[in-house]
Amino acid sequence: MTQAPTKHDRYLADFEGFERDVAARGPEWLHELRQRALARFTEVGFPTARRGNERWKYTNINPIAEGTFSYPFAAGEVDGERLHTSIPWSDDWSRLVFVNGLHSAALSSVGVGADARSLAEALRADGQPAREHLGRYVTIEDDAFAALNTAFVHDGALVHVPKNGSLDRPLHLVYVTAAGAGPTVSYPRTLVVAESHSRLTLIETYAGFGEGRYFTDAVTEIVLGEGAQVQHYRVLMEEPDAFHVGITRVHLERDSTFTSTLFARGCAIGRNDLLATLDAPGSSCFLRGLYLTSGSQHVDNYVNIDHTQPHTTSRLYYKGILGGKSHAVFGGTVFVRPGAVKADARQEDKNLLLSDEAEVDSKPSLEIYADDVLCGHGATAGTVADDALFYMRTRGLDLNTAMVHLIKGFASEVLDKVEVEPLRLSLDRLTTASLPELQPGLVS
Amino acid sequence: MVAPKVISRKATTSKDLEKEYKWGFVTPIEPDLAPKGLNEDIVRLISRKKNEPEWLLEWRLKAYRYWTSLKYGEPRWAKVSFPPIDYQDIYYYSSPFKEKRPESLDEVDPELVEAFRKLGIPLEEQKKLTGVAVDAVFDSVSVATTLQKTLEEHGIIFCSVSEAVEKCPELVRKYLGSVVPYTDNFFASLNSAVFSDGTFAYVPPGVRCPVELMTYFRINTEGSGQFERTLIIADKGSYVSYLEGCTAPMRKTHQLHAAVVELIALDDAEIKYSTLQNWYPGDKEGRGGVYNFVTKRGKAAGRNSKVSWTQVETGSAITWKYPSVILQGDNSVGEFYSVALVNNHQQADTGTKMIHLGKNTRSTIIAKGISAGQGSNTYRGLVKIMPSAANARNFTRCDSLLIGDKCAAHTVPYIEVRNPTARMEHEATTSKVSDDQLFYLRQRGITEEQAQYMIINGFCRGVFQELPFEFAMEASQLLKVSLEGAVG
Repeated sequence: MTQAPTKHDRYLADFEGFERDVAARGPEWLHELRQRALARFTEVGFPTARRGNERWKYTNINPIAEGTFSYPFAAGEVDGERLHTSIPWSDDWSRLVFVNGLHSAALSSVGVGADARSLAEALRADGQPAREHLGRYVTIEDDAFAALNTAFVHDGALVHVPKNGSLDRPLHLVYVTAAGAGPTVSYPRTLVVAESHSRLTLIETYAGFGEGRYFTDAVTEIVLGEGAQVQHYRVLMEEPDAFHVGITRVHLERDSTFTSTLFARGCAIGRNDLLATLDAPGSSCFLRGLYLTSGSQHVDNYVNIDHTQPHTTSRLYYKGILGGKSHAVFGGTVFVRPGAVKADARQEDKNLLLSDEAEVDSKPSLEIYADDVLCGHGATAGTVADDALFYMRTRGLDLNTAMVHLIKGFASEVLDKVEVEPLRLSLDRLTTASLPELQPGLVS
Repeated sequence: MVAPKVISRKATTSKDLEKEYKWGFVTPIEPDLAPKGLNEDIVRLISRKKNEPEWLLEWRLKAYRYWTSLKYGEPRWAKVSFPPIDYQDIYYYSSPFKEKRPESLDEVDPELVEAFRKLGIPLEEQKKLTGVAVDAVFDSVSVATTLQKTLEEHGIIFCSVSEAVEKCPELVRKYLGSVVPYTDNFFASLNSAVFSDGTFAYVPPGVRCPVELMTYFRINTEGSGQFERTLIIADKGSYVSYLEGCTAPMRKTHQLHAAVVELIALDDAEIKYSTLQNWYPGDKEGRGGVYNFVTKRGKAAGRNSKVSWTQVETGSAITWKYPSVILQGDNSVGEFYSVALVNNHQQADTGTKMIHLGKNTRSTIIAKGISAGQGSNTYRGLVKIMPSAANARNFTRCDSLLIGDKCAAHTVPYIEVRNPTARMEHEATTSKVSDDQLFYLRQRGITEEQAQYMIINGFCRGVFQELPFEFAMEASQLLKVSLEGAVG
């Protein structure tokens, strides 16, 4: 199709070693899935072609395609103390920690009653729900990154909330890359199955420790049964030189509700690809996002919502603050399939540009195939309004304070909606700490 | 004294409009046809027929060679689908005149005059429309241009491109291809190689064109394509309002229309360009109809210049067009007002591009899409604010109305901002005719069908009011007939 194959010998060589050493023990179906995924990956290749490449129109992934990232056959070391001070943290949360894509039992702690464990462990046991759900919601056919992750599917998190069940504490999944020798790649995989009428609060954090380039190719699949409610937070705190491609697929059954908040600090290339499929009447999703980019960072949000059935609701609200020479992209489509009447969708992307050299490209689109719908979208871009600044100065605030208030006010529309308090406070702190990077000279 | 403008299109009273496509008649004229197919000889033949100077032939040949070198075919990114086009199965030149273009209307075949009379465009001196100068283009050739005297008094040049090449070659040479180069896109390259005729207008400095300029395009010959090229230049401080209308006979086969329009507004000049596109849309099953693949672009080149596009797109089997403005001069203004309607099996992928280069440039986009039957309607637009465009301002509003459950409406805006002082806003909505509004009108004793039309008319009002008055009346009638069978 639009994707021209480029070099992926490194991945093929890694795959051989991976199949032999890491993934040897495992059910047959999984082996077949990996083989199929690898075949798809080699066939489609990385989407580096520029012509007619709508899904990657504003993001050139050549640096990823040309980087030689190798699979780290051993988990790295991460200092627990450092982990807990640098990312959102609460001792009250259950947590699963993964270092370089592999589960670290020492750093993890899961509360009683929660069925959250290492995917590798679950796959060895070859039980449900992994067997039924793994790989069902992500399409590997035309997506190199999804195919590559699936080819190397091994460890990650499996979260299962039984019917009518609920986790009393938020569950924190932490994926850390510890800098090792040479550029590495990890393939975190998350599968969340929330059975009917269950409730779950889930936080996914992706972070890097140490210098150097690395690449995270993550896939998360979330299934919501009838009436299930899932609150999802995704915190991206990769290192400035890192590459991150995160694919999230959410499947919603009748009357279920999915609420998601993304917090993304920029990195060399950060891609957040989210698709929510509202696959039954009464299902709804609320997606919010805040991305902060500075330096020469690049963040690409590609958020799609698919209304396949009547009486579905979606809201999307993404905001970006851009400084330096950074580049932010917002793309995404609201699809309303034939017959999906009474769809109610609203999509919004707002951007605040703080520097002369920052660039924002926004492409929010609507594809509507049913008539009785209410759909809309909006996009804005601009800088801090002079009259707002002037008003605050007339009230005796100095320029710096006025600026900080206005930028933080812009961010708070997303952050205030974070319901987990320790998380809200730490995201707020992270935003404040980023201000000097976003606007040099600003004292927060 | 300004005489009231009347485009007395007698053909378009609402009673007549209740029938199917009423401009679908064929004029029995034996055309002067070049052989089917496209090669360098055809390009040379067209150029020779038009007595063109050497430089123009060279330019055509360059375009032709570029076109043949293109590895990809037609652009396929638009949300329209059509079978491959056989470019060797098209007549690239078709003229209603056997010999030279007639000097006066008396020499024109009465059938031809009758054809335009039927379309509501009388060409005879005594019956001419007041306040409108018309250039009538039939297949590949301009038949007649009215009101020449009045225009000449003001120093305005308004004629076919072929005449302009003879009359003022330096202007044509300077501006032809300056806004849409022959390398621009597949159809623009094709058009540059084989363009047959089209309209040229030049308004000298400081002149406010006293009448509306109008071109009426008519495709007649079966199997012929129409490749006209329009070039309008508004010199410093001038103003011109230009109208464009088009129809074609009903045919079972598809006809290709690949035009290029270039507008240039110099310092303080303003060009207002209005289109009423009513090419044959094909029948209820989607057979036949015109493929309207058009490249239109204006350059607000000078300071304080303004280019404004207004389009009402009701015809064509497929519409692929993006009238754009390059806002180059400081303080320049670009506007785009559009109503695009699809019914039955029509497909439209249309919108605009606003490229902000100059400081304090402003653009407004108001696009209204109506989908009915099994039609598919896409708004696709680009707003690009370059680093040099300090204080640029854009406002975009796209609304889509869906009538029936088999149609589709899409909105695909591209927004690229590279200057922090720019302010841009984009808003879009998609919905059906509101039940509440219908209920209100119904309880006032208005029939459902009438109520629907009232609401749809209201939906399009913001665009219609940008059209010259009579054009607006006609547009609203056109909308009604195009929606026949879809509402009520």
